[in-house]
Amino acid sequence: MTGFLTLLYKELLRFWKVGFQTVFAPMVSTLLYLMIFSHVLEDHVEAYPGVAYTVFLIPGLIMMAMLQNAFANSSSSLIQSKITGNLVFVLLAPLSYQEIFLAYVLASVVRGLAVGLGVYLVTLWFFDVPVTSFLWVFMFALMGSALLAALGIIAGIWAEKFDQLAAFQNFIILPLTFLSGVFYSIHSLPPFWQGLSHLNPFFYVIDGFRYGFFSASDISPYLSLGIVASCFLAVSWLTLQMLKMGYKIRH
Amino acid sequence: MTPAIEVKQVYKCFGRLQALGGVDLEIRVGEFFALLGPNGAGKTTLINIIAGLTRASRGSVRVMGHDVVMDYRDARRVLGVVPQELVYDPFFTVRETLEIQSGYYGLKNNGAWIDEIIHHLDLADKAHVNMRALSGGMKRRVLVAQALVHKPPVIVLDEPTAGVDVELRQGLWRFVKQLNREGHTIVLTTHYLEEAEALCSRVAMLKKGNIVALDSIRNLVNSVTGCRVRLRLSPDVLPSTLQPLLSSAEEGYYILALEGYFLLEHVMEALRAAGSQVLEMQILQPDLEEVFIKTMAGTEIAKSARIAETTALPT
Ligand SMILES: Nc1ncnc2c1ncn2[C@@H]1O[C@H](COP(=O)(O)OP(=O)(O)OP(=O)(O)O)[C@@H](O)[C@H]1O
Ligand SMILES: [Mg+2]
Repeated sequence: MTGFLTLLYKELLRFWKVGFQTVFAPMVSTLLYLMIFSHVLEDHVEAYPGVAYTVFLIPGLIMMAMLQNAFANSSSSLIQSKITGNLVFVLLAPLSYQEIFLAYVLASVVRGLAVGLGVYLVTLWFFDVPVTSFLWVFMFALMGSALLAALGIIAGIWAEKFDQLAAFQNFIILPLTFLSGVFYSIHSLPPFWQGLSHLNPFFYVIDGFRYGFFSASDISPYLSLGIVASCFLAVSWLTLQMLKMGYKIRH
Repeated sequence: MTPAIEVKQVYKCFGRLQALGGVDLEIRVGEFFALLGPNGAGKTTLINIIAGLTRASRGSVRVMGHDVVMDYRDARRVLGVVPQELVYDPFFTVRETLEIQSGYYGLKNNGAWIDEIIHHLDLADKAHVNMRALSGGMKRRVLVAQALVHKPPVIVLDEPTAGVDVELRQGLWRFVKQLNREGHTIVLTTHYLEEAEALCSRVAMLKKGNIVALDSIRNLVNSVTGCRVRLRLSPDVLPSTLQPLLSSAEEGYYILALEGYFLLEHVMEALRAAGSQVLEMQILQPDLEEVFIKTMAGTEIAKSARIAETTALPT
């Protein structure tokens, strides 16, 4: 138990020590997105009746920040440790692969939630953002971050160089987040694109998360949560298999 | 009694390259053991398999009776490894690094022992300095300290003295010798053969993934038959009758390899006959370096002879 807690502590300390970069900077960029999009689109779009576009946008942006940071945390920590070689200290220790998995996922979830909470608190200064169900908000924040944290482990283990990791991020994570309905309700899309969006697991994360704020969503939040949880389990299973066989880390 | 390390028929292939070809090795508890071999012989690969950093393609390894794959938790708890590569985590200070490493092994209140290691490795004034700001030799000391945080009964050091100054080298060996006296089993690799000779009781020599010598240093050195004589002559010419015995020549010194002490008489006679005067004469004791060179050359010759045979066959 102590071994696992120490690895978790180390992973938390790692991003906390550079908190300006890992928590503060993403908060600032998310708020910038918010200012720009709300300024440009406020008068033109109304996603849900009676909900101002800026207010509609806020949960999506918060979730996007959480997803990106949860992914960035586990993936960059792992690839740095792999490239600099200090992953040996973890690999030499009597830690099971499940403990390693859990520590990396939890630390990344904490970073994701910290960024998300930070953005939310700042937006409260400027906008009136209702939360109708903290439980839904929390459940989707948790599951979304955990899903991306596990994906981050896969990317961090698979990538051998920083540009491979950047490719994973730019060609998989970024498009999936942008196309998940952060900036729009998918009901505004033509049917083909609407159908395609339903194949994107991140769509369910954002849609369910938004339900916690407005009690309105494109899909039932129960269904969304089920889909997100299933994705998390599938990705976790894959990650655990990779860790178990020591793929690319125990040659 | 359970051996400290038991390696059974370990093979390791990296793609088509065979890094280890069936290694068998047993290191007893309390031994001070050296693993020697040229670059690329497979020393680090073997250590990595013992440490669980690499998986053997075939064979098994036990540390204090614990299988390194099946029973990895117990095996890793009793093992401390100093890796060959100079690795460190740039996010932390020396002290944090050691505390985190202790925690990985499930140790909570390990402050007193950490202080002791820090003191022995002369890191006290660097305890709160970030790892990034340490010199190479200091980083190496931290690596040693990290391997010792959990007081492992078996300690493996992969070239711990590469790039380390004389003072630390002596300090390090003093510390390691003390640990050995207290009962810790020590396994080290080094390219400084004098170091191995001075410290270790037994050595294994690896060559291309196979153990080609495994014995106590005394037996290995005694196994070298014959002796070597170093001469300085006036005039500075080696009589032609002695040329077949010449093993090397440098700066006016001739080193002759003799099959036995009885040949000394023949040498003296030849010198007298040629009118050479002996200015200096030394009989060189065989040492580990000589054993090493002979062992490495020996199997090489046998092999190239075999190759010559097989290539000769078609004609
Ligand atoms: N991860 C790897 N992938 C491919 N080949 C490897 C790998 N690790 C080691 N090798 C190869 O295995 C062989 C043995 O290497 P090893 O590092 O064990 O040698 P060594 O005896 O420790 O040498 P040195 O004295 O230089 O440290 C070498 O030919 C090396 O190139
Ligand atoms: Mg090596």
